[in-house]
Amino acid sequence: MSSNSSGKTHEPLFHIAKRNSMVWWKAWLIRGISVIVSLLVCAVIIVSLTHQNPLEVYGAMIKGSFGTNRKFWTMLQSLAILLCISLAVTPAFKMKFWNLGAEGQVLFGGLCSMVLMFMVGDRIPNVILILAMLAASILGGIIWGLIPAVFKAKWGTNESLFTLMMNYIAIQLVSFAIMIWVPSGSSVMGLVNSGTKAGWLPDLFGQKYLINILTVAVLTAVMFVYLKYSKHGYEISVVGESESTARYIGIDVKKVIIRTMILSGAICGLSGFLLVSGTNHTISKELAGGNGFTAIMVSWLAKFNPVMMILTSFIVVFLQRGAGEIATKFNLNTSLADILTGIIIFFIIGCEFFINYKIMRTNSGKEGK
Amino acid sequence: MSTPAIELKNITKTFGSITANKNICLTVNSGEILSLLGENGSGKTTLMNMLSGIYYPDAGQIFIDGKEAVIKSPKDAFDYKIGMIHQHFKLVDIFTAAENIVLGLKEDGKYNIKDVEKKVSEISARYGFDINPSKKIYEMSVSEKQTVEIIKVLYKGADILILDEPTAVLTPQETQKLFAVLRKMKEDGKAIVIITHKLHEVLDISDRVSVLRKGEYIGTLNTAETNEAELTEMMVGKKVSLDINRTEPENCEDRLTVQGLTCLNSDGVKVLDDISFTARSGEILGIAGIAGSGQKELLEAIAGLQKYDSGSIVYNDPKTGSAVNLKSKTPYQIKELGVRLSFVPEDRLGMGLVGNMDITDNMMLRSYRKGRGVFLKRSAPRELAKNIVKDLEVVTPGISTPVRRLSGGNVQKVLVGREISLSPTVLMTAYAVRGLDINSSYLIYNLLNSQKQKGVAVIFVGEDLDVLLELCDRILVLSSGTVSGIVDAKAATKEELGRLMTKNSKGGADNEQ
Repeated sequence: MSSNSSGKTHEPLFHIAKRNSMVWWKAWLIRGISVIVSLLVCAVIIVSLTHQNPLEVYGAMIKGSFGTNRKFWTMLQSLAILLCISLAVTPAFKMKFWNLGAEGQVLFGGLCSMVLMFMVGDRIPNVILILAMLAASILGGIIWGLIPAVFKAKWGTNESLFTLMMNYIAIQLVSFAIMIWVPSGSSVMGLVNSGTKAGWLPDLFGQKYLINILTVAVLTAVMFVYLKYSKHGYEISVVGESESTARYIGIDVKKVIIRTMILSGAICGLSGFLLVSGTNHTISKELAGGNGFTAIMVSWLAKFNPVMMILTSFIVVFLQRGAGEIATKFNLNTSLADILTGIIIFFIIGCEFFINYKIMRTNSGKEGK
Repeated sequence: MSTPAIELKNITKTFGSITANKNICLTVNSGEILSLLGENGSGKTTLMNMLSGIYYPDAGQIFIDGKEAVIKSPKDAFDYKIGMIHQHFKLVDIFTAAENIVLGLKEDGKYNIKDVEKKVSEISARYGFDINPSKKIYEMSVSEKQTVEIIKVLYKGADILILDEPTAVLTPQETQKLFAVLRKMKEDGKAIVIITHKLHEVLDISDRVSVLRKGEYIGTLNTAETNEAELTEMMVGKKVSLDINRTEPENCEDRLTVQGLTCLNSDGVKVLDDISFTARSGEILGIAGIAGSGQKELLEAIAGLQKYDSGSIVYNDPKTGSAVNLKSKTPYQIKELGVRLSFVPEDRLGMGLVGNMDITDNMMLRSYRKGRGVFLKRSAPRELAKNIVKDLEVVTPGISTPVRRLSGGNVQKVLVGREISLSPTVLMTAYAVRGLDINSSYLIYNLLNSQKQKGVAVIFVGEDLDVLLELCDRILVLSSGTVSGIVDAKAATKEELGRLMTKNSKGGADNEQ
């Protein structure tokens, strides 16, 4: 005979409880499983929408990053730029300063480089030119990051809106500059100094992007140490966790906000320099290409750990390049590639829930007889 | 005997790996007041939250009036006529009492606030509440707000009332008023559960008392047949001596002199008004007052965290003998002036510590600037963390555990331990034992006493008047931001303190003279 209470009462079937902590290998096991599950889900979608063999599609995705020598280096270059911008936003985000203006800071930094490259490119020695461009870019990034920081520190303005609006100003300034510089009235600026290569970062060991990649590698290590082992990094953590604790121990919160945004802006400016001088040798409104926003995701996914960001930015770049590859190879709409990327990232982020929480069946407690 | 109003059978509730309630059985009868007694973290509130629909038990059954009940939401609880008055009031500030009372009710017929007010007045008259139904919440004192909460559940027709630490925020006089009301409700046939950890209140108000310890049910006694010592032993699990050893103050020198301190908040209201007192070395100065009478602002002004408009705070350096003016100094500047000021703030995890950092990094909060160079040195803080964990018996998996994972008492040990390690000359504590179990509380009292004997000027902001009277040498009473009296703790009584606490509590009208 069934219990008479089961008919009229509805007990919740499951409940969710927070986990204390999980051993690291279990957490990575869950992450691995979630990637596999996401690939299975993607496979269903690929088969049902395109009737392609999912394994071939995945193979093409891998070829997008590792298919040829050139693709491999291009992937590393994209990785370096995304990682550089992610490193830039990290100290600000760790301080809970929502810098959504990396896009603009990169762009303005790049513009500063381009001004020198375009205006005085052929008149001064190349070494001095490049150093001046580097300094100008960093300064430009600092200015663009500092303005919202000062307003936030002094008058408590909302930094998210402020930094977002600064993006549009930077975009318009670039449009304005292109309008002046390109006599034909075209909105596209060609390669600058393509003959003399003045202001171009030189090849290293025959590799065009190696200087970019090495610069970012060094920067990653420096930022890791800065955030974890320096007094400044400690202050950033305290301010981010609790402003009243920071005040309580005598940290000058305004000073830390401004100092950290100078750093954040400076690295954004550096990214702009690497893009203009080391990669594109031209400028457009799309210089940062949305990386200023993607970087936020990269940084969060890595829990603000610069070393982990190498992995998270690799995942993002790998998926982007793979998506582009399958779109051309199978002649598919790029939207499908975006859907697949979205699904995979959804699973990677979503599995953190299972690492932090566990789901348990509710046992009714009525010992069954 | 009639069926009990509530019967709990084998209730179990776990949160992660922590068992908050384990096989608890409990009965409450109509027309009786049951005290649910236990230390913080013993599972009292969790148990009652399952009756009021906030949590759902993992196992076990609840019977209301003899019938099995499934309570999944506060609405279900209300359908079973269960009403809970929480420790933190859930009222809309800009609404009147009557508006708050009908908020969320789905009654048939036209909404008419006059009818509501009439019904509220009826309930008030019946049980002896003293309330004006058309008064706005923000104009009310804490005890009036609590009255609104109680009427709210009575208005809904609750027959079972659960009160979670109702006296924590009340003065002795207000507590007596509340108890009178509770007795009337009991005569009216209501079943009342009162959660508390104050023993004398248990003995005063309840018919029976049930004791929980570490999530387990220990037993139920008739109040008339028990005493404080027996209840404490049930609560703690071993005999505890409830005496604080107060020594005579020695070598008292003026250490901190506050003169005419006045401080406005952002609305231009005086939160501190002409405060003057002296804290002396080798002495514990207690500060009593209703919550929000200016205690927080006073301590923060001394610590350099709160700007003040007039008045002065002067520190007398015991080494040099010189007087140091602390006016408009930041906490960092105060430290640089050689003032050894330690401060255990009320908000432990929000101000005193960083919850997500481990014990070592929390030790470093006070000392990370030490040494040249840009890098942190973690070796000394790590040693300090180890010592504090050992000396103060902090229960933790290790020194690299984030402090938010520790229980309330252990968090406080970490914080107090760090502040004492700075060898202060002035030690300020705000609600240092709030939420702590009896053993941890006495550990803190002993630490404060030993600091006093070392010649530290201790300032102890407290809420339990019994403790203030036992621990302190002098007690300063704050009332609406003014000093309403400084009394000798050995000669003063609870009633006297209660009177001083409410001396000018209504508005700022009598601050004018």
